[in-house]
Amino acid sequence: MNNRKFRMFSIPYLVWMLVFTIIPLALIAFFAFTDRDTGAFTLDNIQYASKYLPVLVKSVWLAAVATVICLVISYPLAYIMSKMKLNHQRTMMMLIMLPMWMNFLLRTYAWMSILETNSGLLNKVITFFGFEPVNVMYTQGAVILGMVYNYIPYMILPLYTIMVKLDGRLIEAAQDLGCNTFNVFRKVIIPLSFPGITSGVTMTFVPAVSTFVISQMLGGPKNSLVGDLIESQFITAYNPNYGSAISLLLMVVVFICMGIFNQFDNEEMEETLK
Amino acid sequence: MKKFFSKFYVALVLLFMYIPIFVLIAFSFNESKGRNWTGFSFKWYGELFHDRTILGALGNTVIIAVIASLLATVLGTFAAIGIHNMKKSTRSIVKNINSLPLINPEIVTGISLMILFSFCRISRGFVTMILAHITFCVPTVVLSVLPKLRQINKNVYEAALDLGCTEWQAFFKVILPEIMPGVISGFLMSLTYSMDDFVISYFTSGPQSQTLPIVIHSITRKPMTPKLNALSTLIFLVVLLVLLASNIKSSHDEKKKKRKQKIDIV
Amino acid sequence: MKKIISALLVLTLFCVPFLASCATEFEEDGEIDLSEAVYEVEVDDVSYYAKFRDKNITLNVYNWGEYISDGSEGSVDVIGAFEEISGINVNYTNYATNEDMYTKLANDKVGQEGYSSVYDIIIPSDYMIAKMAEEGMLEELNYDNIPNIKYIDDQYRFEAFDPEGKYSVPYTWGTVGIIYNKVKLEEQGIPVEAVSTWDVFWDERFKGQILMFSNSRDAFAIGLAKLGYSLNTENHDELYEAAKIMRQQKRYVQTYVMDQIFDKMQLEEAWVAPYYAGDAVTMIDANPNLAFAYPTETFNRFIDAICIPKGSRNKEAAEAFINFLCETEVAVANCEYICYSTPHVEAKDIVLDEMEDWHRAIAYPDNETLSRSESFVNLTRDTNDLVVEEWNDIIIGIDENSRFNKALVPVAIIVSLGLIILIILMRIRRAKKLRYY
Repeated sequence: MNNRKFRMFSIPYLVWMLVFTIIPLALIAFFAFTDRDTGAFTLDNIQYASKYLPVLVKSVWLAAVATVICLVISYPLAYIMSKMKLNHQRTMMMLIMLPMWMNFLLRTYAWMSILETNSGLLNKVITFFGFEPVNVMYTQGAVILGMVYNYIPYMILPLYTIMVKLDGRLIEAAQDLGCNTFNVFRKVIIPLSFPGITSGVTMTFVPAVSTFVISQMLGGPKNSLVGDLIESQFITAYNPNYGSAISLLLMVVVFICMGIFNQFDNEEMEETLK
Repeated sequence: MKKFFSKFYVALVLLFMYIPIFVLIAFSFNESKGRNWTGFSFKWYGELFHDRTILGALGNTVIIAVIASLLATVLGTFAAIGIHNMKKSTRSIVKNINSLPLINPEIVTGISLMILFSFCRISRGFVTMILAHITFCVPTVVLSVLPKLRQINKNVYEAALDLGCTEWQAFFKVILPEIMPGVISGFLMSLTYSMDDFVISYFTSGPQSQTLPIVIHSITRKPMTPKLNALSTLIFLVVLLVLLASNIKSSHDEKKKKRKQKIDIV
Repeated sequence: MKKIISALLVLTLFCVPFLASCATEFEEDGEIDLSEAVYEVEVDDVSYYAKFRDKNITLNVYNWGEYISDGSEGSVDVIGAFEEISGINVNYTNYATNEDMYTKLANDKVGQEGYSSVYDIIIPSDYMIAKMAEEGMLEELNYDNIPNIKYIDDQYRFEAFDPEGKYSVPYTWGTVGIIYNKVKLEEQGIPVEAVSTWDVFWDERFKGQILMFSNSRDAFAIGLAKLGYSLNTENHDELYEAAKIMRQQKRYVQTYVMDQIFDKMQLEEAWVAPYYAGDAVTMIDANPNLAFAYPTETFNRFIDAICIPKGSRNKEAAEAFINFLCETEVAVANCEYICYSTPHVEAKDIVLDEMEDWHRAIAYPDNETLSRSESFVNLTRDTNDLVVEEWNDIIIGIDENSRFNKALVPVAIIVSLGLIILIILMRIRRAKKLRYY
């Protein structure tokens, strides 16, 4: 089977994406550039949406911080997992996914019970040991915590699947050639696991930018994110045109971010080396 | 020492992931509704089995999640193989399109799919929900299979062909096993996304296909009923038991194998 | 891994039919001899419901979550009882807000024929009924099929949202007041009078201890009432004025919430919050440190009423369902489960008999208090837009001066162009680097 035959495999998927992603997207674009009443072409919606740019920037920033934290926590974990016994690896995989099978809202309520200022478990433990209670609820920290918690499995799993197959000989070779641990890590392990990092970051960062319930519940209104805004335009204001304009803006910003990130991917390098 | 540290680290991360779950479970034994603790009680477990809305929704959730994520896994795995073999420029375009359903806020996807379905006169129900769920699950499958494909050594596949495998045999015996971890994690992630989705499900559901997240999110004016915590606890326990049983069994099998090998050597 | 997953799949596949059988258990009970049957609830006229039997009718009921007596904790299972008595099958599904429900129904428009809903029963609030009626989304009710309408107090039937009572039958009503923690008040030495006015939500002494409604309409109602304006004002100057004081209020507010008010007040995470009177009773039951007060200014009274959306395929059966909800015993059960006040005359008498005085004062305030209340009507689109936009700006913290900074657009475009150029440059550099290999 040559490349072209393999390429045919993606046809059902491409058709699917055309129908269920591109067409709805076209709809969004249509709404974003038309007037609510007359249906005539207009730039007003985009202009209106741009006043929320600061919120957009904030969403991107918080999501980026959460993604980095996820990556830092997940990377060693995925590495340790890949070195476990085979049946332990499987169990770990399930154990990491299992918390996410409990409903999102119930999980978030549980976090609130932990973080609440007066009655929260965290502060009860802290004051028990004689420290000053901390105020976590309704801060940006709480939003980031919520994001990290909810998206970390989507970082761990891709990293793990890639690390299972890391070629140990390359690492040994690097050590034999006099690399210290840090350099082995930087020059061998990270580049080899990069495909996993790309997938993990995409699956963590991208949904985190447009999240809305986490920010409302843990972050309070002062930490409203762009997802909350879009929701209110579509539902409360009955105004899909403004909502579409904001989400179009969001899409552009996320694409730029991902574009920059993908520049670190050394895909081309890999291919030439092969 | 190193081993201790790695074990400690794993324990720490798992603790972080499970603390809220333990709190959630604890509240299933709360006597009153909501988050203030009033006393220990098993009553919500009994109530749970008389709640048709919740049980019906659970059935729908499981059916939709399993069907949608199975289909999404098949579709996504093949798609990833196709994308991997594309020319670089087309590949990067398709990869960008792939992340579209993830970028779109759920509300946008939900409403645009709703408009699409009503435009095509497809009445909302199981079918529309499964279609919608596949749509947001496929990208995760693609994203988790693609990196595995980059690790594959193409020569192995060609070697299989040289050794007399047909193309399909080579595909199933060489490529598929290589990318299996990616496929499985893609399936698991799809299953999770599908079970937990509220917004898209809400806008694509009909009067007979209400899922659990819809029931849970619709309680906006009243305190949350602990029945839902009880249900989560039961799901948690069942999955954990299955996990434990399969773990014990597989380690048992492994020991047997080892013993057999020893005997063979002797 | 495969084993685990397949085991899980098998398990779930086993579970589903079991659960389904659990769920249909009630429906199978329907085949009892009609003449001697003892039903879970007593109704005025059993024969009225008998005509639907064996016709294989299915009703799609669409309601708020936790908004009907469902058989838990010894209450009456209203849906089950209705299925039992009428032989009609009910699909019961939930929505979270009026707007969510509206968005979904508004989408079922088929060309020129108008709306055609798959749902047969919905229970929206007052202003939403007005909006839907105006847009032709509701069926006119045939009261010949709803004899129990005689039990519904006329006081609630001909409100501004449906002045002729053509489209809706009131289901519950309630008021918005102030729930507060009296112990915390005492500790701080704040007199109780402080909490019987909306001014409390602007009171320095309560800083950081105030919860507010998170939805625009309810939140604005409080600002407007404090200023002494109508809750339904269409005067944009008045709305801007309200927006201004809502902005000032933000620094006193701990957070904006809806259902979490229950937990937050019961756990004493906050001292004062606006909420529905019926829910206040639930909270006070759970934590006796709490108390409730009606403000001396205007406050909101809401009515949730049962309607049939346009295009319902079983209108007569839907009317039977409405009639069933107006049966005295059913109304009592729902009233006790939901805790809001009932517009049903006989149910009210029964409920009041068992009620303690403090409870009665909250749930059924005297006419003098009620005269200060005002129901929501549907706002014109301009006004609604203004309210939503102002509210978003308040919550996000875009203040009046920095609003519509048109310079932002070109700046953003330049920045993104710059980033795109950067990406291209990086690409070129990489391509050069590759050439060395």
